[in-house]
Amino acid sequence: MWNYEKRLQYPVKITQTNPEIAQVIITQFGGPDGELAASMRYLSQRYSMPYNEVTGILTDIGTEELAHMEMICAIVHQLTRNLTPEQLVESGFDKYYVDHTLALWPQAASGAPWTATYFQSKGDPITDIHEDMAADGTIL
Amino acid sequence: MSDNKPCRAELFEWINVVSFAVDDVKLYLDTHPHDCDALEYFEEFKKQRVQALKEYAKYYSPLTLDTACTPAERWAWIDSPWPWQEGGCQ
Repeated sequence: MWNYEKRLQYPVKITQTNPEIAQVIITQFGGPDGELAASMRYLSQRYSMPYNEVTGILTDIGTEELAHMEMICAIVHQLTRNLTPEQLVESGFDKYYVDHTLALWPQAASGAPWTATYFQSKGDPITDIHEDMAADGTIL
Repeated sequence: MSDNKPCRAELFEWINVVSFAVDDVKLYLDTHPHDCDALEYFEEFKKQRVQALKEYAKYYSPLTLDTACTPAERWAWIDSPWPWQEGGCQ
């Protein structure tokens, strides 16, 4: 199970809105190499991992990726606060806004929706760890 | 610190610092469970983190469910700003 801690892993305090940049950063939320895919990858793979050391780190990194996801969402949220209709059109954010308003929805920068096909979970430790290294190489 | 009200921003930053130390050494310990120096480091910062979270809940607002249960008339968990909102990161 999980418990929520009411803080970000690192503070996000953005003072200037910028919907152009938000459209790029959102890919780190719901894109192919985003935090949601990273978290789901590790948390899905751990059940068939036969080594306690690796099961532990998949659990703890999978959890930490959720904290990263929260920071990214905070960034996107703060970059898109209080937009005027003119800003929406000028920035191109209107194409996102028409479907989601200023809510957070996991998508890539291209607009492609988040999908479980961004990661693999095969039940073979070497295969899964290779996939983890390819996806998030500096950690595992 | 327990008798004088701590500065909110400083205490919050300290919580972020010690929590990062705990998070990081935790990952290291997963794959190095016999490293005595790392175990000691974990213990030290875990203690500091628990203490800081208690202080923050006492003087300001609870950041964890374990520190939320103080005898009060109102459930304070929902009162302070959420982390992504203005004032939620201090």
